[in-house]
Amino acid sequence: MFSAMLGEAWHAMGANRLRTFLTMLGMVIGVGAVVLMMAIGQGAEASVKRSINAMGSNLFVVLSGPPNMGGARSATGNAPSLNVKDANAIVDLSGVLGVAPVTMGKAQIVFGSNNWNTDIIGTTPSYLDVRSWDLTDGYAFSDSDIRSATRVALIGKTVADNIFGEDIDPVGKTIRIKQSPFVVLGVLSSKGQTLDGRDQDDTIIVPLTTAQRKLFGNQLPGSVRQIIVQAESDKAMVMVEEGLNSLLNQRHNIREGADSDFSVRNLTAIANSAAETTRTMSLLLGAIASVSLLVGGIGIMNIMLVSVTERTREIGIRMAIGARQRDILMQFLLEAIVISIVGCLIGIAIGVAGALLVSTFTQAEVIVSSNSVIIAFSVAASIGVFFGFYPAKKAAMLNPIEALRYQ
Amino acid sequence: MQKSVIEVSHLFKDYQTAAGPFPVLKDVNLRIDSGDYVAIMGPSGSGKSTFMNILGCLDKPTKGQYVLDGHPVATMEENAVAGVRNKTIGFVFQGFNLLARSSLLDNVALPLVYSGIEKPERHRRAKVLLEKVGLGKHINSRPNQISGGQQQRVAIARALVNNPRLILADEPTGNLDSVTSEEIMALFGELNKEGITIVLVTHETDIAEHAKRQVRFLDGKIVEDTLTERPTPDTLDPQEIDHV
Repeated sequence: MFSAMLGEAWHAMGANRLRTFLTMLGMVIGVGAVVLMMAIGQGAEASVKRSINAMGSNLFVVLSGPPNMGGARSATGNAPSLNVKDANAIVDLSGVLGVAPVTMGKAQIVFGSNNWNTDIIGTTPSYLDVRSWDLTDGYAFSDSDIRSATRVALIGKTVADNIFGEDIDPVGKTIRIKQSPFVVLGVLSSKGQTLDGRDQDDTIIVPLTTAQRKLFGNQLPGSVRQIIVQAESDKAMVMVEEGLNSLLNQRHNIREGADSDFSVRNLTAIANSAAETTRTMSLLLGAIASVSLLVGGIGIMNIMLVSVTERTREIGIRMAIGARQRDILMQFLLEAIVISIVGCLIGIAIGVAGALLVSTFTQAEVIVSSNSVIIAFSVAASIGVFFGFYPAKKAAMLNPIEALRYQ
Repeated sequence: MQKSVIEVSHLFKDYQTAAGPFPVLKDVNLRIDSGDYVAIMGPSGSGKSTFMNILGCLDKPTKGQYVLDGHPVATMEENAVAGVRNKTIGFVFQGFNLLARSSLLDNVALPLVYSGIEKPERHRRAKVLLEKVGLGKHINSRPNQISGGQQQRVAIARALVNNPRLILADEPTGNLDSVTSEEIMALFGELNKEGITIVLVTHETDIAEHAKRQVRFLDGKIVEDTLTERPTPDTLDPQEIDHV
């Protein structure tokens, strides 16, 4: 019975091929748009997520300052209020996984006839763990390099490209930073851009003590610009933030209610808001695409209504030879569902092909997830049922006599 | 006592018009026994087609009772009425009413789809009936590829496919020439001999003469109900003698 009806639905669709095709086209475009838009949205989400992971997860940065000098506050990061001892004390806080004190500045570097101006980060070996940053070549400096303030450097990919070029292996070469010779120990893996577009690979990492004593000097011995703190987990973030504030207030002798001479920033929260933005964007894309799916559904309803009117006499004949109302209902409903589902399958194919084209011709990342395909498919099938139901019901409710007399 | 297939008593039918209800059938009473062959005659507007539609369970009377095969139709629910149209009654129309897109085989087999019969059996039975009406060689043709007389044979095969007790034919020869009409009427005669009750509507006297009994409608009432006189007594059925 069901297979006979399915056959009839197929037959009826074949009877007016152009019309069936045009009706299907609405569905094809709708589903194709949904699949493509979701692929683009999910691609954007994934690339944001990767930037967040590249930054390192569950991070705080403690900045020195703002110093309060007689009521006039100056910029954060400028006062020498944090030092290495603060960093060592933070290590013992519960919930803290890693701590890296950082001091930084800009410097001119030279190798052979090439020169480049870049960010110099002076820090401890734990910095690479906290930022989850690997080396592609060579090895990292160790705690003994910190103790003896050796002139060694890890260079970012952008720096390596600009002063060494492709042919020279940087490891073991000597570069000059502010005229002083430094041996390149290793090359950092590429991290790409930050969320605000800064190139993270345009940097050189040197031991903290070397930076303090030999490159930038020091207002106070041992002072650092910032301390990067990694919490053990997402859940430990709140505990660590409270711990940082109370520990540093205590160490810096700051009374309750007075201005702190440091500030704690939650980097993960900033990153999450960026992720939230892309998620909203992909939702918006999906919503716009869904409108075309809705329009496709209305197209199906329109054609099914025409089809019911055109085939009124046929409906009358079927009723006269024993079709029940639900048989007629099923026949037209099935036809609408078959149109939707076939249109949907073509739409998925076109959406996936479109996604491949976009990823080939632009650098944008696209991800076709099985989820988006399943969602598109089930939405299309429901649209078939929803928009097919009214015309089918109308057909089933026809009076057989009037249907038979219909010319 | 002969068993009745159709028993209609005090049947009224009004059509609703802008000017109020318009009576089409006014107190119709008719009993048709199993195996009977009845021609319903009358001029246009006499109510004979409306009566036929009520007999075929396509329309409902305004008032009065219609008992089909022992069951009062008024008390049946919609699906049961569809079942009656499917199994008890075979309909033959003036305009043949075949599905243009389907093959003759599928047209004849269509009622069996609604009886829930599987495809091989549907096709087997449809093929047997198409052979019976002389179209065994055309089972894969479309209705527009054969003549009007052949189309009406297909329609009759379709009406027979579910072994109905009753054939209702509304002007079955109205669109056919006289030679073809004779052929169709001969087919009805054979079916009646096999025991199927036949009721047909016509306004042509020579067609009506093929039936055993003629009922004449005028102005929504039965005005005449006569048995056909046959030239030779050996064509008479024993049942008919009962009536006489």
